Order: sequence, then C-alpha cells, then structure tokens
Amino acid sequence: MNGAGLLVSTLDYLAWSPPGWGATLAVALGKSILIAIGAFGLGLLIGVAGAYGKLYGRPVTRDLLGIYTTIVRAVPELVLILILYFAVTSSLNNLLLAWGFERVQISGFAAGIAVLGVVQGAYATEILRGAILSVPPGQIEAARAMGMPPLMLAWRVTFPQMLAAAIPGLANLWLIATKDTALLAVVGYAELTLVTRQAASTTKAFFTFFMAAGLLYLVISILSTLIFARIEAWARRGQVRRAGT
Amino acid sequence: MADTATGKPEAIRVDELHKSFGAHHVLKGVSLTAREGDVVAIIGGSGSGKSTMLRCINFLETPSSGQITIAGEPVEMRADGTPANRKQIERIRQSLGMVFQSFNLWTHRTVLENLIEVPVHVLKTPKDEAIARARKLLARVGLAEKEGAYPAFMSGGQQQRAAIARALCMEPKAMLFDEPTSALDPELVGEVLQVIRGLADEGRTMILVTHEMKFAREVASHVIYLHNGLIEEQGPPDQLFGAPKSDRLKQFLKSVA
Ligand SMILES: Nc1ncnc2c1ncn2[C@@H]1O[C@H](COP(=O)(O)OP(=O)(O)OP(=O)(O)O)[C@@H](O)[C@H]1O
Ligand SMILES: [Mg+2]
Repeated sequence: MNGAGLLVSTLDYLAWSPPGWGATLAVALGKSILIAIGAFGLGLLIGVAGAYGKLYGRPVTRDLLGIYTTIVRAVPELVLILILYFAVTSSLNNLLLAWGFERVQISGFAAGIAVLGVVQGAYATEILRGAILSVPPGQIEAARAMGMPPLMLAWRVTFPQMLAAAIPGLANLWLIATKDTALLAVVGYAELTLVTRQAASTTKAFFTFFMAAGLLYLVISILSTLIFARIEAWARRGQVRRAGT
Repeated sequence: MADTATGKPEAIRVDELHKSFGAHHVLKGVSLTAREGDVVAIIGGSGSGKSTMLRCINFLETPSSGQITIAGEPVEMRADGTPANRKQIERIRQSLGMVFQSFNLWTHRTVLENLIEVPVHVLKTPKDEAIARARKLLARVGLAEKEGAYPAFMSGGQQQRAAIARALCMEPKAMLFDEPTSALDPELVGEVLQVIRGLADEGRTMILVTHEMKFAREVASHVIYLHNGLIEEQGPPDQLFGAPKSDRLKQFLKSVA
C-alpha cells in the first residue's frame, strides 16, 4: 500500500460515530476552546488588575506583581503547569485534610483554566500596562477637567483608547492560550492533543490523527485572527493610518 | 481692582495662590478675581507659571496653599492644599469649560460624540437635547458639516474649534483657555480667535492665557502680567499695553512685539 492509499483508508477513523473518532475529537476540541476562553478571560482580569497595580499601586504591590510576572515569564509553561497543578492540588488537599474536610478531586477543567489563566495573566499585565501608558495624557486630562468621575473615565476614555494598542498583543496571547491547552495533556486532561494521541495509538493511524488535530488548531487560529483583525479595525477607528499599519 | 469692581458677582476668585513642584516654587502668592462677564487675559514669559495658575483653578494641579472660590463657593481644601471633597471638585470642573493648547479631543469619538460625552454621561442631559445643543454649537463654530468626523482627520484649527464647542456644550459658567492658538499653524490662528472673540462679545466670563498680545488687548477687560510666579503688573488693556509701568513688562512687550 502506498502512502496515499494508507491515508484514504485511515480517513474512515475520522468518521463522526464509532468506530470513527470524529465526535470524540470534536468534544475534545470544544473542551480545548472552552479552556482557552476561560484562561484568556481570567488572564484579562488578572491583567487589568495587574496593570493598574503595577502603574498606580503602592511599592509593595508593584514588587509582588514584578515577582509574579518575572517568574511566570521566565519558567517554561510546561513546568509551571506541573508545579501549579500538582503543587496546588496537593497543598489544597493537605489543607482540607488538616481542617478535617474530605480530600477533593479538582476538576481538570477548572484546574486547566486556573493554571493557564495565571500564566496568561502575567503576559496580559505587561501588555495592558504598556497600552495604558500609550493613552495620550491630554485625553485623560480633558475628561478630568470636565468633571468625569475616575471609574467612568477609566471605562469610557482610558479603556477604549488603550484597546487599539493592546489588541495585537492580546491576539497573540489568545493564540498562545489555544495552543497552551495542549500542555494540559501532561496532567491527563482530555483536551484535543491528549485525545488525538489516544486515538492515534489505538488505531495506529498517527499521521491521519495528528494532521487532523493540526488542521483543527490551524482553523481556530485563522478564525481568531480574522475576528481580532475586525476588533482592531474597530478599536482603531478615528486613528489616522500610518505607513506600514 | 477698581476696573472690575462693578458690583457684578464674582465668578472666579483666587487668593494668595502658591504652588511648588518639589523644591521649585512656581507660584508665589497670586490673587485675581474674575467677575461675571470679565475677560481676564494672562500674559507672561515662558515658565512664568501661567498654565500652572490656570490649572490650579480647576484643580488639575493641586495648589500648595491659597484659596480658590468659584461663584462664591470656597473649594474645600486640606492643609496641604489637596481638595477635601471630590464631588465638589467634579461639580466645579463641570461649571468651568477648559480649552487646552493641544485640543485633547477624544480620538476614538466623532466630533458630535465628543460634544455630548460629558453632558449625556456625567450631567445626565437627555441625549436628544444634548445632540440638539451640540449641533447648534457646531454650527456656531463653523463645523456643522464635521459632526461625524474623527478629530485626527481634521485640521488643528477645526479641532480647537470643536474643543471649544465641547467645553461650551456643558453650559459652563466660565471658560478657561490655556494658549488655545499656540499649537496652530499661523494661518489657522484667526479662525479660532474669531470664535473666542464671539464668546467675549456675548459676555462670557473667561480667563485666557495667551501669547497673542494684539488679541488680548482687543478682547480683555483686564490684563495680568505674570513674572516668576508673581503678578508684576495688572490693569485695563489700554493701560497695560499702552503705558506699561514696570521695566520687566516693557521689556516683555518689546520681546513679543
Ligand atoms: N508637573 C510639573 N512638574 C514639575 N514642574 C512643572 C510641572 N508643571 C510645570 N512645571 C514647572 O513650572 C514652571 C511654570 O510652568 P508653566 O507651565 O505654568 O509655565 P507657563 O507660564 O505656562 O509657560 P509657557 O508659556 O511655556 O506655557 C516651569 O518652570 C515648569 O517647568
Ligand atoms: Mg503654559
């Protein structure tokens, strides 16, 4: 059998219902996307708080945030995931046992979001900090001079102004989030990569399954890029296009 | 100040204002009063403290000491000069329209959106009312066609006229101008000055920091010459420009002529 023949014959494994693995892969893909969304969202929350903390917080806050972003950005994500997942689960359980509670099984889903969210938060902190600094001070001053209260000012002036500067970095971060979900395979969470590996080793159709998974990641990436391009165009409304942008 | 003591109520009053940036003592006890309808022009060399004084009036800068009184209401200050009551500051800022040298329109909003932003969201003016008022003001400053434009696509003169309209749209009790034409190309200065002149003619209270001496002489009811953080000389424009007393002012007027 030549390679093409092999591929055609193993394509049946991708059929929706068993013995095809299509539905299983689709579920795993859905989990990966949900985790990526959750982690990205959590990362944004941490990032907003972190950016404001780094810019306007007290020295202690700034130092703590500095330590957080430095460590997370220095240590490989895989190591962080192993540390956060196993260390956090076991210390949480030790705590629970010490307080006389039952041991809990932390859901891989929640843990995945938490772990990746903490990683994303460090990068988001830096991206948003830079974006806030890029807002022209005069525009903030104009709002202050007209008596706009601080929270409304942050929401209606600073946020939309910094969005344009933040979007390219955030788009990257989102793509990293989608791909980093694959790292959760090491803690046994059934996201797309782990399920692909199971399917491949069960059927021995390695090429077919990894190609399929690769294509799925590619599709996510292309769709995301399109969506972020639209958001960026909207965020940049009102800006004069400069050469090369 | 005999020339302004006409019995009209005081709109803005500054008493013994001091301001330091660190060890740099910028304002060394400045007092002034703008009564309703007054146009007070502030002139002086670069670094003399004109902007700082203007920005202390609406607390964009925190005075180091002194007293600011807006429409008879003293601004509550702590001993270190910081405002004691944020709500009061916000209310006072809403009653003072400020126009900056660099326009500072919000670039992510159209001209019309810039005008109605604070009236609708802060002052809670009904939106259609705010829009109607904004359109009237835009027509008045000659920008009726530009309501849907984004500021970055307009000339400096157009942006500054829009910024003036934005300040007016809050229906302020007084206007503060900080060198409104200094960032403009010479050929665009006239159109902005014309708008400001119109405001002076209709009896608006304003404090105007400017380098345009001819204009100051024409529109001001009172001129203050600031030097090194102190009022060196003040009086009606014809007296100040026509017969300056202090040597410093004479020299300054010669240098800008
Ligand atoms: N935020 C600040 N921090 C430190 N120093 C400042 C600050 N703002 C102003 N100064 C200093 O205060 C002095 C007065 O500045 P100000 O801007 O009030 O001058 P000005 O009269 O408006 O001058 P110009 O005509 O150049 O606008 C200057 O020496 C300036 O360097
Ligand atoms: Mg100035």
